[in-house]
Amino acid sequence: MRIPFGRKIVTYLLLIAAAFLVFTPTMMAVVMSFMTNQDIMTGSLPSAFSLDNYRRAFEQFPLLHYVINSFLVSIAIMIGQLILASLAAYAFVFLEFKGRDFLFYLFIATMMVPFEASIIPNFHTIRDLGWIDQYTGLTIPFFAMAFGTFLLRQNFKQIPKELREASQIAGMGDVKFYLKVVLPVAKTSLITLGVYGFLTSWNMYLWPLLATTNDNVRTVQIGLRQLQSQEQMNDWGVIMAGAVIVIIPTLILLFLGQKKLQRGLTEGALK
Amino acid sequence: MTNMTAVITQEDQALFVRTKRKQRYKQFIKGILFLLPSIALFSVFLFYPLLRTIYLSFFLTDASGATTVFVGWDNFVTLFQSTIFQQSIKSTFLFVLYTVPLTIVISLFLAIIANEKLKGIGFFRTIFSSTMGISVAAASVFWLYLFHPTIGFLNIIMDTFGLEKVGWLTDPSWALIAVAVTTIWMNIGFTFLILLGGLQSIDKYLYESADVDGAGYFYKLRRITIPMLSPTLFFVVTVTIINAFQTFGQVDILTQGGPQNATNLMVYSIYREAFTNYQFGSASAQAIILFIIILLMTIIQFKLGERKVHYQ
Repeated sequence: MRIPFGRKIVTYLLLIAAAFLVFTPTMMAVVMSFMTNQDIMTGSLPSAFSLDNYRRAFEQFPLLHYVINSFLVSIAIMIGQLILASLAAYAFVFLEFKGRDFLFYLFIATMMVPFEASIIPNFHTIRDLGWIDQYTGLTIPFFAMAFGTFLLRQNFKQIPKELREASQIAGMGDVKFYLKVVLPVAKTSLITLGVYGFLTSWNMYLWPLLATTNDNVRTVQIGLRQLQSQEQMNDWGVIMAGAVIVIIPTLILLFLGQKKLQRGLTEGALK
Repeated sequence: MTNMTAVITQEDQALFVRTKRKQRYKQFIKGILFLLPSIALFSVFLFYPLLRTIYLSFFLTDASGATTVFVGWDNFVTLFQSTIFQQSIKSTFLFVLYTVPLTIVISLFLAIIANEKLKGIGFFRTIFSSTMGISVAAASVFWLYLFHPTIGFLNIIMDTFGLEKVGWLTDPSWALIAVAVTTIWMNIGFTFLILLGGLQSIDKYLYESADVDGAGYFYKLRRITIPMLSPTLFFVVTVTIINAFQTFGQVDILTQGGPQNATNLMVYSIYREAFTNYQFGSASAQAIILFIIILLMTIIQFKLGERKVHYQ
C-alpha cells in the first residue's frame, strides 16, 4: 500500500519537528562544549570553535582516570552477568531436578525487590568486607540478574531438545554442551544482553556514589557530578565537555546496536 | 519358570530404583551447581539485605549502622506523623502522575510516526532512541543548564516572548515540574524503542484487510494499533511507574531535594536519612514503605492489566 503524498509530507514535518525537540538538549551540550565561556555567558551564538574546554576538563580533573574506571567496571559487570545468567538459564531449560520450579519463582521474586530497598544493608556489607573504593564493591553485587536469565531462557528454549538427546548419546556432558552448543547458538541474545548490561552499568549512579569515597575507582558519572558541583555553574563549557565524554561510549553502542537491542528487549519483555 | 522371572524382576527393580535415585541426586547437584553463583549473590545482596532492612526498621541505630534500641513500630509512627515524610510521599505520587502519562503519550506518538515506511526513517528512529544512551548524570547536567535562571535556554525563550523569567529549580511550585520534564525526556528513548518494537510486531495482514474495507487512518489506529499494542503498552506503563518511584540522580544533581523539600522524592529522602543523617532505622522504615508501594503497584497493574489487555 502506497502512502499518500499529503500524508507523507505531514509525517515528515512531524518527524523533523519531533527530532528537533528531542535532540535539542544533547545538541546544545555538544555545541556548548566547543564554545568559549564568554560566548556562553553572554548567550550569543558560537563565534569561535575551541577545544579548550576538553583540554581543561582533562587537565583539571582526573577525567581520563574516571573513564577508564567506568570501562573496567562496566565490562566486569557485563561479563559477570553474561556468565551467571547463561549458567542459570541453562539449568532452567536443560536440567531437570527437584525444586527447579521453586527456584524459578524465586528468580521472578527478585524482580519485585527494588535495589533501594536493600541498599542500606548492602552498603554495610560492602563496608564490612572492605570493598569500599574497590572494583569488587562496584561490580560483584550486580552479577546476578533475573532479567538476563529470563531473556536467555527464552532463547535457549528454542534449541531443539533432540539436540541435547543426541549429544547425550554421543557422550557429551552438560558443561561441554553448554560451552560448545548452547552459547554459540545463543550468540545474538548474549550480545544483546551484553550491550544492555554495559549501558546500564555505565549509567549507574546511586551505588557508585555510595561505594566510592575517593578518585581511586570513582566512575565517570560521579566524576561528572563532582565536576558540576565544584565548578559551581561558572564554567559551563568544561561541564558540558565532561558530559559529552560521558555519553559518547553509550551513544555509539546504542547507535550500533539499536535494532538488536530493540528486538531483544521486546522479546524479553513480552514472552 | 514364573518364579524365576519374579525374582529377577524384583532385583532388577531394586537396582533400577537405586540407579534412578542416584541419577536424580546427581541431576539435583548439577542443577544447583549451575544456579549456585546466582543464588549465592541473590542471597548476599538481595534476600539478606531485604530481611535486614525489615529488621533495622524496628530499631534505632548508631552512626555505623549497629542497632541500639528496639523501638517496635515507632519508626513508622514517627514517619507518618512527620510533615517532611508526608510531603515526600505526596511529591513522589505527584511526580509519578506528572511523568508516567506524558512519557507514554509522547513515546507512543513518536513510535507511531516513526513506524511509517519512509526514506531516512532509520535516522529519526536513532534520534528518538538517543536519550536511552544518556546517563542520569549527563541528562541532569544538560537540563541544569536549560533551567539556569539567567543564561538558561528556557528563560531566554521566555524573555524573547516577553514573559516573566521562571525560577525553574528554585521556585517550590516549579521545581517538581522541572525534575519531571527532565525525567520524561530521559525516559523517551527506552519507551520509544519498546513501543516501536511492539508496533512492528503487529500483523500487516490486519491493516491490509482494513484497507480493503476502506478504513481511515485514525480508525485503524484506534481499532487495530492500540488494541494490538496493549500488551506492550501495559509492560511499558509498569516499568515507567516503577522507575518513577526509584528516581534519584535527577534530584541529586538538579535540586538536592529542595526548594522547601518540594522535590524530596522517596529514594532521595531514604538516601538523605541514611547517609547524611545516619538514621538507618528510620531510613529502613522508609525503604520498606517504598518496597510495599512498588509491590502493590505491580500487583494492581497485573490484576487490572490482565483484564484489559488484549493478547494475540
